[in-house]
Amino acid sequence: MAKTRGHISIDIDECKGCELCTVECPQDGMAMSTELNRKGYHYALLVEDVCTGCTNCALVCPEAVITVYRENKANKTKEKVAVITDVRDNITVTVS
Amino acid sequence: MNTKVLMKGNEALAEAAIRAGLKGYFGYPITPQSELLEYISRELPKRGGSFIQAESEIAAINMVYGGAGTGERVMTSTSSPGYSLMQECISYIACAELPCLLVNVVRGGPGLGTIQPSQGDYFQAVKGGGHGDYRVIVLAPNSVQEMADFTYLGMDLADQYRNPVLILADGALGQMMEPVIFPDYNPEDHKVDHSAWATRGKPNDRDHNVITTLHLVSEKMEEVNLTLQEKYRTIVQNEVRYETIEVDDADFIIVAFGLTSRVAHKSVELARAEGLKVGLLRPQTLFPFPTNILSELADRVRGMLVVEMNAGQMVEDVRLAVNGKIPVSFHGRMGGIIPQPEEILDRIKLVYNVNEMETA
Amino acid sequence: MSAASEGIQCAYIEDLDEVWARPSTLIETTMHYCPGCGHSVVHRLIMEVIRELNIQEIAIGVAPVGCAVFAYHYMDIDMQEAAHGRATAVATGIKRMLPDRMVFTYQGDGDLAAIGTAETIHTINRGENIVMVFINNGIYGMTGGQMAPTTLEGSITSTTPSGRDLAMHGHPLKITEMIAMLPGAYYVTRQAVNTAKAVRKTKRALMNAFKYQMEGKGGTSFIEVVSNCPSGWKMTPIESNQWLENHIFKNFELGDIKTPPKE
Ligand SMILES: Cc1ncc(C[n+]2csc(CCOP(=O)(O)OP(=O)(O)O)c2C)c(N)n1
Ligand code: SF4
Ligand code: SF4
Repeated sequence: MAKTRGHISIDIDECKGCELCTVECPQDGMAMSTELNRKGYHYALLVEDVCTGCTNCALVCPEAVITVYRENKANKTKEKVAVITDVRDNITVTVS
Repeated sequence: MNTKVLMKGNEALAEAAIRAGLKGYFGYPITPQSELLEYISRELPKRGGSFIQAESEIAAINMVYGGAGTGERVMTSTSSPGYSLMQECISYIACAELPCLLVNVVRGGPGLGTIQPSQGDYFQAVKGGGHGDYRVIVLAPNSVQEMADFTYLGMDLADQYRNPVLILADGALGQMMEPVIFPDYNPEDHKVDHSAWATRGKPNDRDHNVITTLHLVSEKMEEVNLTLQEKYRTIVQNEVRYETIEVDDADFIIVAFGLTSRVAHKSVELARAEGLKVGLLRPQTLFPFPTNILSELADRVRGMLVVEMNAGQMVEDVRLAVNGKIPVSFHGRMGGIIPQPEEILDRIKLVYNVNEMETA
Repeated sequence: MSAASEGIQCAYIEDLDEVWARPSTLIETTMHYCPGCGHSVVHRLIMEVIRELNIQEIAIGVAPVGCAVFAYHYMDIDMQEAAHGRATAVATGIKRMLPDRMVFTYQGDGDLAAIGTAETIHTINRGENIVMVFINNGIYGMTGGQMAPTTLEGSITSTTPSGRDLAMHGHPLKITEMIAMLPGAYYVTRQAVNTAKAVRKTKRALMNAFKYQMEGKGGTSFIEVVSNCPSGWKMTPIESNQWLENHIFKNFELGDIKTPPKE
């Protein structure tokens, strides 16, 4: 599994559920929610802690609602924590 | 500087436009206004402006829209078929409230028609012409001098009201040569600050400016219309211009604009020589129309005759102004034929003593 | 902004470097485009380029009637809406009055290649120093999915109910190849935004085009973006992007068509 070096944050209420980001994620880390957002769309989520911060999802996102982060040397020493809530049943998450 | 020069009407208008600070001219050749475009193509680039011979009148008027949106002084000129092509964008310009000068050197229609002078575009010029409820300020010169004077006036009115202003001339006024004096006019003194709305690039300290005519919410579109109508009411109140000749003691009035007013003036002289107390009212602005003075005159004259080079267009506005108080007759020639003073006199004699309403 | 409270959350996100975020030049509001529509992506790219070149204060955009007529709701620059087909004439008027401003048009295929064909050709033939962005989605989006000049043979639209018949409707118009022949065309390219890779290329093309305009070089820069219209094509966004790869790009090949002469 690719070493996680990045993260995304999604403005889920502005997501229109087009799913284009999920297709474009080379790590297959994204999926659509089962819930609906304020606009009535299933929204995109990062469901696997595999993000490398490649920005692909953000580049294809028509709504420009994905912000992408990447680790830098300064914070590499920090302990990694992933908080997982309310994810679909069939998705397994590994935390290293 | 203020010496008399002998010039064609089209050229006088062009020269006046440049002196009034014209920055952009966009046009397409069509007889009988091509001298205007040619004059500007020669002079404007030398004198700090930009000239484009566009690929069509549609492109030309849309260049005017773009240029006017920057707040600079821009214009186009054309003749009847070309003015028809411009209508869609003139509606946009009026709705977006962009200042610009338009010139229609009218020729005889309908269709390709003739290149001879006509006033057949009155309805199109005065009533809107394109889609929706909008008005263009319409100035009707009747001499080469006024071709120049109304150009300065038109540019100022356009800036003042953020509205398109049309100079409605005709083939004869465009082509005739007369002496003209260009007044002292410094464009800098007439500059209007358009920075609040013009699209010239958004500085950091203001919101972006947007020029648009699209308002999908009906309430908003009605609001835009109400604002426009309010402006048109102000224009009607403040900008009516007309000339009267021998009306003080007149008991009969000829109403004519532009070229026909010159012929009608001659008819007034002929009628007076025969003892008929005939006067002339010449609207210089067709929108706004001199309704009030016509209504006042209708209270004290026995009748009116409207003379036009068309099948009877302005006569409808005269009848509205007169509101049935007196008979209003019409005499018109079409196809590029200029009515003669004698035929107008004959017509006056025919209706002078007729008291009942006459419609022909 | 309401970030997801579900999925993977990063507890130390403030320690990370932000490597991609919505450009400040794109107004913070929901765009009216259908889910997955390429218009939104291209809007954003233009705004990214304008921000990165630091030309927000001198940029003036022109968006004619079409799905993108409301572009001015999203682009935080001075803008003019234009009548259907006349964007480049409007842009010409602006550029001639203000030659030092960065002027661009944003046009659909109906606008640029049907009703505005004359304006397109003559603006480029004059070599107006503007950027033209041409969204080729093969359909009239705004008016409900009618045939566009670029609609492919056999494609079903609301005015070609049994597919575009060449004998009846003529051929898909490759206007980009046509205008590339004009001396006034300085840089002509055909790009897409259906993948991250394509988006990067389109951004580079836009960057080049605006740079050429800033340098005042040689003429008009023309960027066609072959895009989707999921609603008009009656497909999901993913399907529409696959359709692009499998059908459209075979007819509208991606890549540069005319590049500026090497110095
Ligand atoms: C003079 C005129 N004719 C027709 C229309 C109606 N109309 C609006 S947009 C449009 C087509 C838009 O298609 P395109 O330019 O391809 O843009 P898209 O909506 O697909 O992005 C039409 C026909 C109009 N607004 N004005
Ligand atoms: S690409 Fe954007 S709008 Fe589409 S599903 Fe992903 S986050 Fe939502
Ligand atoms: S109709 Fe088509 S082009 Fe228009 S916003 Fe929807 S998907 Fe985009």
